[in-house]
Amino acid sequence: MANIVKNETRRDFLKVSGTVAGGLALGFYLPSGPRMAQADAGGGYASPNAWVRIGMDNVVTIMVARSEMGQDVYTSMPMLVAEELEVDINKINVEFAPPAEVYINALLGGQLTGGSTSVRDAWEKLRKAGASARMMLVAAAADDWGTDVGSCKAADGVVTGPGGKRATYGSLAAKASQMEVPRDVPLKPASQFKIVGNMRQKRLDTPAKVRGTAQFGIDTRIPGMAYAAVVMPPMIGGKVASYDDSRAKNYPGVKAVVQYSRGVAVVAQDYWTAKKAAATLDIRWDAGPNANLDMRALWKGIEQASAQPGAVFREHGDTDAAMMSAAKTITSEYRLPFVSHSPMEPMNTTADVRGDKAVIITPTQFQQLIPHVVAGATGLKPEQVEVITTFLGGGFGRRVEVDYAIDAAEISKAAGMPVKMVWSREDDMTHDSYRPAGIYKFTAGVDSSGKLQALRFHSTSPSISSRLFPSVVKDGIDPFAVEGIDNFPYTADGGLRFTYQMHDTGVTVGYWRAVSHNLNAVALESFIDELATAAGKDPIQYRIDMLDMGSTKHQWSGLSAGVPVGPRMKRALEEVRKKAGWGRKLPAGRGQGVAVMEGYNTVIAMVAEVTVSNAYDVQIDKITAVVDAGTLIHPDQALAQMQSCINYGQSACMWGEITLKNGAVEQNNFDTYRVARINEAPKELNIHFIKSDSVPGGLGEPGTAVVQPAIANAIFAASGKRPRTLPYTPENIRAST
Amino acid sequence: MKIAFQVNGKRTSVDVAPDTPLLWVLRDTLGLVGTKFGCGKALCGACTVHLNGMAVRSCQTQIGSVAGQQVTTIEGLGGNHRVQRAWMALDVPQCGYCQPGQMMSASALLATNKNPSDQDIDAFMSGNICRCGTYPRIRAAIKAAAKMS
Repeated sequence: MANIVKNETRRDFLKVSGTVAGGLALGFYLPSGPRMAQADAGGGYASPNAWVRIGMDNVVTIMVARSEMGQDVYTSMPMLVAEELEVDINKINVEFAPPAEVYINALLGGQLTGGSTSVRDAWEKLRKAGASARMMLVAAAADDWGTDVGSCKAADGVVTGPGGKRATYGSLAAKASQMEVPRDVPLKPASQFKIVGNMRQKRLDTPAKVRGTAQFGIDTRIPGMAYAAVVMPPMIGGKVASYDDSRAKNYPGVKAVVQYSRGVAVVAQDYWTAKKAAATLDIRWDAGPNANLDMRALWKGIEQASAQPGAVFREHGDTDAAMMSAAKTITSEYRLPFVSHSPMEPMNTTADVRGDKAVIITPTQFQQLIPHVVAGATGLKPEQVEVITTFLGGGFGRRVEVDYAIDAAEISKAAGMPVKMVWSREDDMTHDSYRPAGIYKFTAGVDSSGKLQALRFHSTSPSISSRLFPSVVKDGIDPFAVEGIDNFPYTADGGLRFTYQMHDTGVTVGYWRAVSHNLNAVALESFIDELATAAGKDPIQYRIDMLDMGSTKHQWSGLSAGVPVGPRMKRALEEVRKKAGWGRKLPAGRGQGVAVMEGYNTVIAMVAEVTVSNAYDVQIDKITAVVDAGTLIHPDQALAQMQSCINYGQSACMWGEITLKNGAVEQNNFDTYRVARINEAPKELNIHFIKSDSVPGGLGEPGTAVVQPAIANAIFAASGKRPRTLPYTPENIRAST
Repeated sequence: MKIAFQVNGKRTSVDVAPDTPLLWVLRDTLGLVGTKFGCGKALCGACTVHLNGMAVRSCQTQIGSVAGQQVTTIEGLGGNHRVQRAWMALDVPQCGYCQPGQMMSASALLATNKNPSDQDIDAFMSGNICRCGTYPRIRAAIKAAAKMS
């Protein structure tokens, strides 16, 4: 079952692309892959494979085929190559890879960054790429010296052989790239790692990011480039009916005013001129199907849909009978709002569309899709579209969408010049693909001791994949709507029955960091806390006692490995209990809450400690997390990702809420859409990793989800109020029981 | 209209409308793209630069008001400023987009407050948003920089 998502996702992608050959089998990796760019025309470098380029000057370049959006692929992925290539990681160059088959993420089926998969997909593949290149370098040296490879050794970019023979990688590169690609590529045991797991390893992109020289998409400058500001319909699904551009056209410095699929763009000599001229446009909108959509209607729609039976995505036992025979039943309902991604760098793309080719320079998580959608928008062929990926000023799933690259291409084509299209913050926040809103209903049957016997779960929310990857949606189930509960980790011996009801609200929804873990696990771990309270049990012990120590696995969400998680959760809960000082006496108004979750093959147990004022303002005093993410490639950045997830989850659950009025998003900047600032960050953050040599788990996302119910449960412990409607604002807390 | 001012110690003059925000003059006219656009309303701090040594939001600073004055951007911080050394030592950036603004704010804070407390850091730095959640490292880096000469 775990293969469903990846296979189907790839099929969708192939449908879109049309040109990628069917042979891009899962597990396609070097050394069996094609060699790319074996040597450049000038003989300046040679490539034993697609991941490594060795200069005649001994400079080694490692290609990074995932998008760097803060999560550290720029360093952690080259670390894997360098470990086996035997080069100094701090002396290499890094380059972002262009779209190519060889760079496809086998866990996702496309050259796409998401699903906390980068390192998991790379773990074996990139070490093998490094080892294979090293073996070819050694073989070249042995051949030169007329000796056998066993008597030669590679270290720090140099091959040494009998009798003091010595050759640098640069001097061997041209010959090495002609050597036979090894079939058997043994890898080092973990005990011999020098780079992987190095606590002191620095990020390779830090110097550029500290000096202000890192090139983000918005920093792109190409010859002859003009700047585009856009006006898009305020209402979701709206269109331009007509417009008057007589003032904008004549605005000094304006080069063109063009209509494109989504709106109207002003192209000018600089962005400010374009922006000011755009403000003079007089546009009449065709409001479209959502013209009257507001929150009342929207929630009413979700409520009505929630009365439908939905599709069963996990079931065992006779839940109805078990519920009937339960000593007591407990019901609860959770509501989560739409939230926005709002990365710090607003959406932008630089496009140079000509008659016979296009260059697209863009901060994207999905470079492989861009040639195909730009071809569709411009009439070019995909192979005529060159894509250059820049650093991303945050991604969080927003940049899996390629809408802004299409817009820029259309504008460049219509204006007949290269343009850098930059969205304002307002454009960005009101034209996001929002995390779905939804209703999450539970009914639990418990025995006389409060132990769970039967559980009904029914979620109702929009389906993201129905728009982006429709064929992964099967029998009414979107695998990206059931994560975070299809791997339900507790026992309910009498039976359980989980259903999902898809409901389109008209609002565009997208993959948001940790996707439906944020929805289902937030509700589930809050509800488990309700059961512990009803049972009069300690919330940590209650969870431990109910863990399914057997073969818990994901039914649908293939982005986790499906290995048993019970024992890992038990250990994480026991450790977090100790590390957090769980159960110690706290001042009035202060409380602790726990949550545990497996996502992306990483287990996290977290304890939040908060203070709730009489006015229900919440201060987060302390977060303690115990994380089992398997082998850590770059431990300091594993820590950074946990710090990051906690911050992102905090912002969402404390303040995140996108609302609509007359079909338009009401929040448009950081004054109306509040996110965490430094003074609101947890006063204390203690994150512990369990030492492990098992395969790496994903770290970019799961913490985002688990922190939210931990905070909710702490709010309950501190105030006696259990918030079931997010965000955890004073109003929502006060209104809860 | 020609407006003359100093950027990173160099005299420069630009011919733009006087209501143009300093941010866009730096980025589009002068090509100093280290200063970032985040919100356009002085809500996020990504565009923070120094005007005569004080931290200002360049998206809300009209170029006309900058005539004859001194502007310092991340490019002018020198690369070896103690704040930059501390940021490197602690590997503060993740995506890195907000960090030029963070460092321009932090350097302005340390210029007037040799040993900022947590409360001082909260008060001075809360205008700079980071969506990646580098706040614990920013706080630690400011304290580390305070101890450097």
